[in-house]
Amino acid sequence: MLALQLAWRFLREGRTQSLLILAGVTIGIAAFVFVSAIIEGLQVNLLEQTLGSQAHITVAPEEAPPRALMRAPGVAFARRIAPSEPRRRPFDQWQRAVRRVEATDGVVAVCPKVSGSALAYRGAAEEAVKVVGADAARLRRIVDIPANLVEGQYRLGGDEVVVGTSLADKLGARVGDPIRVRSGDRESVLRIVGIFDIGNEMVNGRWMVTSLRNAQTLLGRVGDITEIDARVADVYEAERIAREVEARTGVPTESWMERNRDLLTGLRSQDASTTMIRVFVLLAVAMGIASVLSVSVVQRRGQIGILRAVGTSRQMVLGVFLWQGVLFGLVGAVLGALVGALAGELIEASALFDITVTPRLLFTALGVSVATGVFAAYLPARRAARLDPAAAIRGDE
Amino acid sequence: MTVTPPLLELEGVRKSYGDGVTTEVLHGIDLSVRQGDLVALIGPSGSGKSTLLNLIGLLDRPTRGRIAIEGQAAEHLDDRALTALRGDKLGFIFQAHHLLPGLTVLENVMLPSAASRGGFHASMRAPAEALLSAMGLRDWVDAWPRQLSGGMQQRVAVARALMNEPALVLADEPTGNLDTATSNQVVDLLRERNAESATAFLIVTHDPALARRCDRVVELVDGVVVYDGAPSGMKSWD
Repeated sequence: MLALQLAWRFLREGRTQSLLILAGVTIGIAAFVFVSAIIEGLQVNLLEQTLGSQAHITVAPEEAPPRALMRAPGVAFARRIAPSEPRRRPFDQWQRAVRRVEATDGVVAVCPKVSGSALAYRGAAEEAVKVVGADAARLRRIVDIPANLVEGQYRLGGDEVVVGTSLADKLGARVGDPIRVRSGDRESVLRIVGIFDIGNEMVNGRWMVTSLRNAQTLLGRVGDITEIDARVADVYEAERIAREVEARTGVPTESWMERNRDLLTGLRSQDASTTMIRVFVLLAVAMGIASVLSVSVVQRRGQIGILRAVGTSRQMVLGVFLWQGVLFGLVGAVLGALVGALAGELIEASALFDITVTPRLLFTALGVSVATGVFAAYLPARRAARLDPAAAIRGDE
Repeated sequence: MTVTPPLLELEGVRKSYGDGVTTEVLHGIDLSVRQGDLVALIGPSGSGKSTLLNLIGLLDRPTRGRIAIEGQAAEHLDDRALTALRGDKLGFIFQAHHLLPGLTVLENVMLPSAASRGGFHASMRAPAEALLSAMGLRDWVDAWPRQLSGGMQQRVAVARALMNEPALVLADEPTGNLDTATSNQVVDLLRERNAESATAFLIVTHDPALARRCDRVVELVDGVVVYDGAPSGMKSWD
């Protein structure tokens, strides 16, 4: 450990120089931690907002082609081509498909669902809604409605329905009020038991969540479902898993990444710019360390010569300077992480999202900082190790 | 009967500097030093004394010729082996003290031992303190070099050179930067040590007074040994 002991003494001896470069490393690592924490917080927030109300993966049969209004052999009179409510094919053997989705690696929750458009009436109010029917326990693992309830309870038994805040407001309804819902020529009266605010206006303003059976009856799909929703452990693996699910079930499968290409492009661009910022910060840190150690090698030529004269090997001299890089990186990482985390805490109060400095980020900063220190110290260290001891001693005189 | 090889043996050692057009500084030096010798290496500036000392100290390699320490030829050893041999057999005293300012006086003395054992250990403290006591520096063990006078620093350098109990101590103008009184003090120390142990000393000096106090004088002029014998045999000290 002589190399480490000498490295520490060298740094202590030139303490002004050491403190200045340590301040530089600290600022660099603080910027690294702070920028990473902000971007990570922002991305987590964006993803939560986007994926909080939608499945990571949706398995659904293709829509049926437009129906001919009149049929005559060999003659097409007209086709109904204006988009209207999607006409889904029946989901054949959906129970088996559910089991296959559940058995796919990376899938953590699966929910068979039936959904479709309907009209909701209360008094004079009339609203277009989306009826969503599912098993309550399964659905909450895809869209966490219970965590976002603002009133009432999350229950989907009998005639119970849970609606979003905006829809409740538009219908002038509160918990306990009955709502008449009509789809085609089918009609049901459902009773509101809970009101939620999921942070997505499309959901808050349209969704009426009820039991699978209620929705099947109301939408005319008894015994059938329209889609299987799934949640995966790693959201960025969703596309790969979706392809696997599609291969296993033979049913068209779409991931959130396909549905939100613009968001994904934005996130990736953000990642790229963050990486560039990190690289430039680390380069600045590396150059700071390298320049200080290069000057140190020149200043200590005589001392290096003496070390070699008293029996210190080239490897040991190399180690003395590499350890200095490690110490700069290590101490700078600890201080920088503290400063970065503190800056994150300070700005979090005014930010609209959480800025969390995770242990993973801290360990990354530590590893990157030490690696940068070693990388930066290598050339000066090699130069020191290669010094001709006789010339080094002469040069110092 | 086994013949003990000389402690240091040089045969036809030559040293040139420069690429392309080279300048030969040493022109075939033959020299041997035995255990316990106290040798002064004298000569005018530019005669090649320091170059020769660096070659003997294994800090530099000869262009031609053979250098052996305790019979072990050094010219074919790699850097690692040379470093080990240097740390084990040789001690150095330089004109400019060359103490490491970031180490305490005691740590400076322990440095050769730390270099060979890979770090400072508590067991090195007692012999280092004993050496510093012998140099009259017992009260300065925890001081920093900058707190010491030039003479005191040179005595620390002497203690450091002796730490690994080397067979041969190479001293380059050890009194060059010292006043007469301090210079005498340092020479007394070297002579005492030489008398007490089998340690040989090879001292490069310009100082005739110091050279006269050695047992043997080697005079180098223009890279050639022109005299090798007792100080009393020197015709001129100019």
